[in-house]
Amino acid sequence: MKDSLFGKTLNELTALAIELGLPKFTGKQMAEWLYQKDISSIEEMTNLSKKSRELLSSKYEFGLVNSTKVQESVDGTKKYLFPTVQGKFVETAMIPDEDRKTVCVSSQVGCKMGCLFCMTGKQGFQGQLTAGEIVNQIRNIPEWHDVTNIVYMGMGEPFDNLEEVLKSLEILTSEWGFAMSPRRITVSTIGIVPGMVTFLNQSEAHLAVSMHTPFDDERQKLMPVQVAYPLEEVIREIKSWDFGRQRRISFEYIVFKGLNDSPRHVQELCKILNGIKCRINLIRFHPIPGTPLMGTDENTLQKFKDQLNDKGILTTIRASRGQDIYAACGLLSTKELLANQ
Amino acid sequence: MPKAEEYKNLPFELKEVTITGNEEISPGVHLVSWKRTHDFYPGQVVKIAADLAMAPRIYSICSGNEESEIRVLFNVKEDGLLTPWLAGVIPGMKIWATKPYGSFKDDKKPAWWIATGTGIAPFYSMFRSGISENKTLIHGVRHLNQFYFEDELEWALGDRYVRCCSHEQSCNVFPGRITKYLEEIKELPTDINYYLCGKAIMVVEVRDLLIARGVPYQNILAEIYF
Repeated sequence: MKDSLFGKTLNELTALAIELGLPKFTGKQMAEWLYQKDISSIEEMTNLSKKSRELLSSKYEFGLVNSTKVQESVDGTKKYLFPTVQGKFVETAMIPDEDRKTVCVSSQVGCKMGCLFCMTGKQGFQGQLTAGEIVNQIRNIPEWHDVTNIVYMGMGEPFDNLEEVLKSLEILTSEWGFAMSPRRITVSTIGIVPGMVTFLNQSEAHLAVSMHTPFDDERQKLMPVQVAYPLEEVIREIKSWDFGRQRRISFEYIVFKGLNDSPRHVQELCKILNGIKCRINLIRFHPIPGTPLMGTDENTLQKFKDQLNDKGILTTIRASRGQDIYAACGLLSTKELLANQ
Repeated sequence: MPKAEEYKNLPFELKEVTITGNEEISPGVHLVSWKRTHDFYPGQVVKIAADLAMAPRIYSICSGNEESEIRVLFNVKEDGLLTPWLAGVIPGMKIWATKPYGSFKDDKKPAWWIATGTGIAPFYSMFRSGISENKTLIHGVRHLNQFYFEDELEWALGDRYVRCCSHEQSCNVFPGRITKYLEEIKELPTDINYYLCGKAIMVVEVRDLLIARGVPYQNILAEIYF
């Protein structure tokens, strides 16, 4: 099987050009063809000599992978299913909203984190995605020219696949790549501290942390990662960073009925987030098969939001999108995985 | 990769410790030890690094909290950054380790401990710390030589020590995975705590099974090796 050009950084492309005996600037030319133009084969890289293209084609393939399934919601949200090299599937959601088109990408096939409320976790861990497979989820959807925002909130824990995620961010934000502003990209983590520290050092993109409750004993029942990387450590690390005026830190909070929606939780959130300029995104829970958890009701959700805003923490409720197409991450790919088994 | 120095201001500060032992207790599985300098709760973890240029890895403590040494149990991962090196350490060598931390703690109440592979470590620590009364330990492995500390556990726990082996058979060993063993139990106790430790897929499958059989999710605490 030939190696893919798609997913390589400028440095990697330049190195392989030199290795093949091609001019050094061929690396930059390839990057522009791969990430900025509407082509899908090496043959279409027409500012490279025919001989160069033949040489490249003998060793490499372009590397785009088409989606095998698309579902469209009544609200315009689309869910794409992409096959991976390992014969598994990952999901990508494209969420249109007025003048924005946000793409939600996956960073792993399945997940190791085992959160109680997550459908992806029920697949277990199937494998890592390459940077090419991550970026392919943006480049290879029909809307790719109109994408305004990218969120790493699909399947998997991005900081458990740190090197490939950082590489994908480099491709998305470099001038030679997609040239997107890092301020249009948000990477969401469960709180893998070493990966988070490296990300904060090496990327300018926004950070979102899945919190879901401020209490240690509750969080460890929902999210086993709490045992290894306690929220206290995550918060302490975040407090030590200067996020500046442009970079955003947000906390994701799925609101469960009778579990994490009380005034006690509001109080504790205010206490632990004191000193961090952040936002809380409240998320409605859409039950997955076999879950013992239930989403909170609309009144309690609104009240919870208002209480947090009254206390000075900017809090929003994320709009639920694509509910009619299994938009909760992991449902579609799990169905496909089971069908193939 | 992040530098270990980035952790210097945290309570999880890495400090140099001197290796006191390294025993290969099964092919590719090692117990590495160093002198204990902090109290800890059995079930807690430590971060370890070979040097300050590498990101530390997390391991469950595999020794009792009254013992003079801290021990950790690990599989050598051929493509791993730490374990191939750690498998070769000898007494007198230095490694970097944090003080123990973590909230995977049990108490004196009745509980089932469920582990796969080296996920036995926190439960062995609990056992060695004297809190194995009222506990049932279920250990799942692929091969018979992966029942670490088997003789000691069998002698001490008797019928409360259940071995499940998916790839080989032996007397007193349940033939199959832990989930199959649990499925064959007619009535699972629903008023006790369940502690799970191992790979994600085992934790998720066992947790789902327990919840489906009436165990409140609040009674289930999991630690995943990732």
